Amino acid sequence: MFENLSDKLNKAVKTLKGQGRISDINIASTIKEVRRALMDADVNYKVAKDVTDRVREKAIDRKVMIAVEPGQLFVKIIQEELTELMGGQAQSINLKGSPAIVLIAGLQGSGKTTFSGKFANYLKKQGRQILLVACDIYRPAAITQLQVLGEQIGVDVYAEPENKDAVSIAQNAIAHAKSKGKNIVIIDTAGRLAVDEVMMKEVENIKKAVTPSEILFVVDSMTGQDAVNTAKTFNERLDFDGVVLTKLDGDARGGAALSIKNVVNKPIKFISTGEKMEALDVFYPDRMASRILGM
Amino acid sequence: IGKSKVDDEILDELEEILISSDVGVETTVKIIRRIEARVERDKYTNVDELDRILREETAALLAENNSQDVKDSFETDNLPKPYVLMVVGVNGVGKTTTIGKLAHQFQKRGKKVVLGAADTFRAAAVDQLKLWGQRVGVPVIEHGMNTDPSSVAFDAVKKGMEMNADIIIIDTAGRLHTKVNLMNELGKIKRVVQKFLPDAPHEVMMVLDGSTGQNAVIQAREFTKVTEIDSLTITKLDGTAKGGVVIGISDEFKIPVKYIGVGEQMDDLQVFNKMEFVDSLFKK
Ligand SMILES: Nc1nc2c(ncn2[C@@H]2O[C@H](COP(=O)(O)OP(=O)(O)OP(=O)(O)O)[C@@H](O)[C@H]2O)c(=O)[nH]1
Ligand SMILES: Nc1nc2c(ncn2[C@@H]2O[C@H](COP(=O)(O)OP(=O)(O)OP(=O)(O)O)[C@@H](O)[C@H]2O)c(=O)[nH]1
Ligand SMILES: [K+]
Ligand SMILES: [Mg+2]
Ligand SMILES: [Mg+2]
Repeated sequence: MFENLSDKLNKAVKTLKGQGRISDINIASTIKEVRRALMDADVNYKVAKDVTDRVREKAIDRKVMIAVEPGQLFVKIIQEELTELMGGQAQSINLKGSPAIVLIAGLQGSGKTTFSGKFANYLKKQGRQILLVACDIYRPAAITQLQVLGEQIGVDVYAEPENKDAVSIAQNAIAHAKSKGKNIVIIDTAGRLAVDEVMMKEVENIKKAVTPSEILFVVDSMTGQDAVNTAKTFNERLDFDGVVLTKLDGDARGGAALSIKNVVNKPIKFISTGEKMEALDVFYPDRMASRILGM
Repeated sequence: IGKSKVDDEILDELEEILISSDVGVETTVKIIRRIEARVERDKYTNVDELDRILREETAALLAENNSQDVKDSFETDNLPKPYVLMVVGVNGVGKTTTIGKLAHQFQKRGKKVVLGAADTFRAAAVDQLKLWGQRVGVPVIEHGMNTDPSSVAFDAVKKGMEMNADIIIIDTAGRLHTKVNLMNELGKIKRVVQKFLPDAPHEVMMVLDGSTGQNAVIQAREFTKVTEIDSLTITKLDGTAKGGVVIGISDEFKIPVKYIGVGEQMDDLQVFNKMEFVDSLFKK
């Protein structure tokens, strides 16, 4: 449907050329095509509107209608716009503190535990001493899951299977990390819905108790329109530092990336591209832009 | 004289509601066309009527459950014994949790349930299902991690029959539909089970995460290529996501939605109700 966006736009623009005048009105149908492609890629309805409004301005500015390859120029403008919207200044992760504390949060099943393992693996390879902390006391076998991953990558996992208070587990873990000379503590938390007040309070309390240098919000790249609601609430509660986009080894367009960046203005820092512990990559805005456009 | 055209403002608003619920552009256009046709024909007179038409036309896209009008889809009295249910879907959608909840419902109704732990791949997947088995009080057949999922499924059916089970539910590993080997493995699991019980699995249920956007359509397309899908369950509807993508899926592939997941506890599974689902899309 969107594979041939460039062709479609070429056609749309050429039809317009016949009408001879460049105006808001005759560019509208082309813009509508772009908006539709964005919504098909799961870009939030309102964000898609904002983006296409800006694209319209630029297209008129750059005289798309009289270009030799109007479709191509149009797509280039869109791509630039998306890249810019998702990029901004490259921000690294903040691992200050001894130990540095990284808190992982997000919806159920988004890929937090898997990412925690991957991130530990990545940092371990840089020669750091890592401690993984199992703060998901709810999901059946969540602790075992993290322990299995820890074993796979050779990273210690701190857990208190009998303790029903995630905040105190996190605190105890940090004391433990200090006594073992760990540089970095990665805290895996339970999945939670943004509307679950008790659970949102819990993660807020974990944050307060351990003051992480980095809080990462983990999002499934298949997420649809709701991504903005969730990201907004998690950001209000946690003021997170970055986003991790998971399951990009599939074929989801990943429009949620654009929506989230637009709504909370936090950088996307990592992408997860598989179930294996090595399947972690840094985020490239230009690649993501192409992906969203289906190119 | 009633108005025979729906005005643009109403249509714009409608479009926003549908798209924001993940219904998708294509299905949204389809719904709007249907409404326009209905209005043309019936000449609606007021907004209330339009609202009703809208809900009806949206609900009409949701495929019927063939087991005609079962009030309680947890009711399993007329099913073959044992009834083998295989649960599939992409990673993290809620397959294992849904199985735990289903086991609880069937068990509550006096059925003997046996679970098969054929996700032998994801870290601690077998442990997770075993804990659900304990929680609900049903046996789990497992061969541990990193074993052949087909053998586990085969054994679950065999042992289930020896145990006189009414329902045998097989958990499978999450797999993205783009992974050819993993997708083919589903066909293999089915074939191996059929060697033992030719009619099995009697039902293949695909689980969709309610917060998933348009990729769910591709998921349904690709899963139906490797195995028949008989029913859908849509999870995580206890959040703010609406799960509207299921409308287009149900329409295109004629698969009924059977259950919805509304939480993480064993009672948090409900029988899908078309009108309630459609109403939730339009709830302000
Ligand atoms: N294909 C693929 N699968 C992934 C990726 N990241 C995670 N998964 C899988 O997604 C599923 C859920 O991952 P988890 O790490 O358990 O997710 P979670 O957020 O910790 O889940 P909860 O703790 O239940 O909220 C598992 O099957 C993972 O193997 C990824 O990048 N690609
Ligand atoms: N809020 C909510 N959470 C759910 C629901 N169903 C499942 N979950 C949660 O979603 C996460 C993933 O559920 P699982 O049952 O492990 O999903 P899965 O499809 O078996 O995952 P994999 O086997 O890793 O592919 C867990 O944290 C569940 O508790 C639901 O209806 N509502
Ligand atoms: K998900
Ligand atoms: Mg987890
Ligand atoms: Mg599972």
